[in-house]
Amino acid sequence: MPKYLLSVYGPAERNQFGDYPDKESMLQAFADTGAFNDKLVADGYFVFADGLEQATTATVVDGRGEHPVITDGPYLEAKEHLGGFWIIEAPDLDVALRLAAEGSKACRGKVEVRPFQTEESFKALLEP
Amino acid sequence: MTRLEPVEEAITRAHREEWARVVATLTRRLGDLGAAEDAAADAFATAVERWPRDGVPPNPGGWLTTTATRKAIDRLRRELRRDEKHQEAALLHDDDPPQDRGAVEDDRLRLVFTCCHPALSPEARVALTLRMVGGLTMPQIARAFLVPEATMGQRLTRAKAKIRAAHVPYRVPTAQDLPARLDAVLTVLFLVFNEGYLATGGDTEPVRADLTAEAIRLTRLVRELLPDDTGEVTGLLALMLLTEARRPARVSSTGELVTLGEQDRSRWDTELVDEGHHLVRERLAAVAAGGPPPGRYQLLAAINAVHTAARDARDTDWSQVVTLYDRLLRVDPSPLVALDRAIAVAELDGPEVALALVDRLPLAGHHAFHVTRAELLRRLGRRAEALEAYDRALALTANTAETAYLTRRSSQLD
Repeated sequence: MPKYLLSVYGPAERNQFGDYPDKESMLQAFADTGAFNDKLVADGYFVFADGLEQATTATVVDGRGEHPVITDGPYLEAKEHLGGFWIIEAPDLDVALRLAAEGSKACRGKVEVRPFQTEESFKALLEP
Repeated sequence: MTRLEPVEEAITRAHREEWARVVATLTRRLGDLGAAEDAAADAFATAVERWPRDGVPPNPGGWLTTTATRKAIDRLRRELRRDEKHQEAALLHDDDPPQDRGAVEDDRLRLVFTCCHPALSPEARVALTLRMVGGLTMPQIARAFLVPEATMGQRLTRAKAKIRAAHVPYRVPTAQDLPARLDAVLTVLFLVFNEGYLATGGDTEPVRADLTAEAIRLTRLVRELLPDDTGEVTGLLALMLLTEARRPARVSSTGELVTLGEQDRSRWDTELVDEGHHLVRERLAAVAAGGPPPGRYQLLAAINAVHTAARDARDTDWSQVVTLYDRLLRVDPSPLVALDRAIAVAELDGPEVALALVDRLPLAGHHAFHVTRAELLRRLGRRAEALEAYDRALALTANTAETAYLTRRSSQLD
């Protein structure tokens, strides 16, 4: 079954309640997201899901040269960064989009849906 | 128009009539739009090679579908050597009707709904539909969108790649999906109709009745599917019928475009006019009874109802036409609508007022803009400017009937 990455974006730096307006709404969003995750597991779509620390905690490593070069901060300069994600298995895009809509509602964020490469698409890369 | 050899003619006709059905059937069997199109293209290439030698088969559509299926299996076998894939390929022979056809029974309409998937860009949806359902070639689609062929090619390639990579299903949209995709579907059907009514290509007939007929057929189907819609489906159907009714009078015996004002109205299809008027009245009654206000297609249909109600062009109720365009501009404030409104204003308030309106519009890349300017300048006796406008219009249209009309109008100014 095809796999999809559902990514949630958020600000580079968060306030004390993540990017939620107050503690109460943060806790409610966590609870809703947890319930959504449980449903993904129960319905057999769940592969993996987690939230990330804020983007300013990221470090970029370039190991292509003789010595690795290490830089503080995220790879992309952007206003919004990946804040968390789900990896799901779904039969097709329509199902993935429906689940993304539920996830978006639960976590109160916009969700990008992106398919993973499949064995076939990988093969097509090797033998054009 | 060039006279084609019978076999060539049969291939051209088959391409027109059968392309969408072959693609739709193959897509259903393969679950892959791109692969279906490749297989259909293979089948037509084989037809071009074989029919002149072996003769045209008695059932061209069946021959093409069978050939396309075989070509698809060949491709699968070549590309995938694993056993399970062989089994999948063998499944292609299984001609059983699919289990779930859902809300949309018609293969081609399902193809339209697939091409109008919300995950695709609006331009890609229209281009894909014209390609898959209308069977239009890449150059024709590029001309319809006024973009270079390479740009349109990339747009289509990207859309097909997304359909494949993201696993966009060739699934029957459920009843809940239909309203969300309706706007896109109606836009696409209207474009298919318009492409038929004034074909953009210089290498096709000026009016493609196959495309207008197909657009009408599909719109009727959508109306059956969604009897409770807001009235825009009915509006679009009425608009198409009232436009189609005028088709017999639209091109002269010498292959020249005949404008609405000059058409021989006795040649209009009265049955279609009656049906269109009936639908417009149905919508007027529904709106009067407190229904939602009329949208773009209902207003366009109403405008066409005014035109077709006049026995003679001189009897046209132009003030009503302008009033309807005013309402349409509020719903759809596009410069093309403003251009059409200005044409009606010219009849009501004279060409000078209309020209002032037209000159403000950002439509320099549109042939209709230059045609309108040319006609208004001509009426104002501004010959040199009119000639220039005709030249600009001629440069922007490839339609043979329109070219013939504009050439004559322009030459009469000399």
